[in-house]
Amino acid sequence: MLAAGLMGLAVLLALVIAPEDADQGISQRIFYIHVPIALTAYFCFGLGAWKALLLLWRGDERYDLESYVAVHQGTIFGSLTLITGSLWAKASWGVWWTWSSNQLVLFLVLFLFYCAYFMLRFSLEEGPRRARSSAVYALFGVVLIPISFLAIRLAEDFIHPTVFTRDGPQMTATIFTAFCVSWAAVTLLAYVLYRVELAGKRLDTDLRELREALQ
Amino acid sequence: MIRARGIEKRYGRKRVLNGIDLDVASGGFMLVTGSNGSGKTTLLRVVAGLAAPTRGTLEVDVDRARLGFLSHEPLVYRELSALENLELFGRLYRVHERRERIGMLLGRFGLWEARGERVSTYSRGMVQRLALCRALLHDPDLLVLDEPYSALDEQGAELLDRELDELVGRHTLVVSTHDPRRLARLATGRLALA
Amino acid sequence: MTYFADVATLTRKDLKVELRARDTLPAMLLFVLSTLVVFRFALPEGTSDDAAYGLLWVAIVFTALLGLARAWVPEQEHGVLDGLVLAPCDRSAIWLGKTLATLAFLVAAQVVALPAFVLFFAPLDLTALAGIALADVGICAVGSLMAAMAAAGRARELLLPLLVLPLAVPLVVGGVGAAISPDGERYLLLLALYDGVFAVLSWASFEYVVTE
Repeated sequence: MLAAGLMGLAVLLALVIAPEDADQGISQRIFYIHVPIALTAYFCFGLGAWKALLLLWRGDERYDLESYVAVHQGTIFGSLTLITGSLWAKASWGVWWTWSSNQLVLFLVLFLFYCAYFMLRFSLEEGPRRARSSAVYALFGVVLIPISFLAIRLAEDFIHPTVFTRDGPQMTATIFTAFCVSWAAVTLLAYVLYRVELAGKRLDTDLRELREALQ
Repeated sequence: MIRARGIEKRYGRKRVLNGIDLDVASGGFMLVTGSNGSGKTTLLRVVAGLAAPTRGTLEVDVDRARLGFLSHEPLVYRELSALENLELFGRLYRVHERRERIGMLLGRFGLWEARGERVSTYSRGMVQRLALCRALLHDPDLLVLDEPYSALDEQGAELLDRELDELVGRHTLVVSTHDPRRLARLATGRLALA
Repeated sequence: MTYFADVATLTRKDLKVELRARDTLPAMLLFVLSTLVVFRFALPEGTSDDAAYGLLWVAIVFTALLGLARAWVPEQEHGVLDGLVLAPCDRSAIWLGKTLATLAFLVAAQVVALPAFVLFFAPLDLTALAGIALADVGICAVGSLMAAMAAAGRARELLLPLLVLPLAVPLVVGGVGAAISPDGERYLLLLALYDGVFAVLSWASFEYVVTE
């Protein structure tokens, strides 16, 4: 597992070198991190929802922890998406925030949604009720993603954003490779973090159970 | 009618029930005793189906429609009258000859005069008696009663004694109590929780 | 068909309880009217009608939240929810009954609020009203479920808005769009989609939220 972590970091370092080839400015550099982080966040939320579904379907409480950690990771990467997105906006257009980036707005809504997830968990006592309510909420989150996206697209009509030309990168071969490398690195990082946090929390519960059994 | 093996119930870190076995035959009267916090309420909730056991097996030969439950709380609406409450549950439980049965129960438990007044105006004893009516309304095969005497006044306790005498044998009962002496004569089995 | 009989029984019960207690509906009415008046002062002279529609939706969402916060209170007192869960009826019927009752209260509040809005601010056409109707369904469906989740924990009054507001974003977009956009039908479709998906999801999930 540690080896995987090291590999993840190594690949991350590799990506710092790659964009220097691209030589299109800082905003391009951020793109390599921002988009993979966003994709990873989506993936984490999806994983959280999948584990949640398994919890409700199979009734095994082990899935609760897995779902929680996945959502937690997703929220961390989601907040990173917002931060890198903000940096990108500053680098590209000189403003710290813009409503014209649908992706960014979507992440803001999702970020608020999943923060409420933790508030929900915090307010309920440990037990099957908390596990199930969290699971249902995680499922709602994943359904909210496409519907919110649709809504935000439609909202463009009357939010009247200032028109910024979205400079999506032209995907030449080197840039594409660099992007994939970066994406793999971030995904790997997320996976490592997920496993580490899950193992840590499992250890916690196992220790507690052991203590109880000895009493 | 009830077969339970190794019932464990955990709420996160708290282990409330630890390896309980339970056997209640049809028509039996199981008395569950134990001090406060020993898990009596949790066990009864598990048997009634309100909580699933964390571990262990539980078989109850009766579905929700044939089960009557009396909880620590009365499970009746404060803003409705006794009659309206029983009407509501009568409909949900699809009780045959609802009106007659409601009238009979209210009369038997001395609530007939107050039947049209809101539960919020009742004394604690009256509320508990109404809760008993609610539990008995659909003539359940299995009755799970959590400390039924706790909120009853003297008159109510006598009414309940009479009622239990009639129910024993024909119906299966699981009753938890602080004070086992009152019910010891009726019990066919006992379970003491630590 | 006993399913719908159960739902009817439960909805009737909710209406009856509210009629006796008389706390939620008057509060919602007063709240929405006061909010509209406050908005009048909050909008500077010369702002477009569009801003008014935006504020209308803020008022609607918060009025709905007010109603939803009280939705499960009768079931919390004396632990009645357990009684309903124990009954042989489908658990989702409990959700549906509650949603319909909450919807009735919201619509009742709007029957007073919408004419007031038209009087104070701007007209509402058929598309706008359809948008309001559809969004009402959506917010009550989702809100009922969220309120039930929040009710089991502490700080439930604080938690409910946090849970509902992100989910309400598509509804607000749909509602405002229906009111101000010349192409209002698209927004009605969005609302219909939201309602369809989230109502079914809430209907199916309620059982899990209310049992252990």
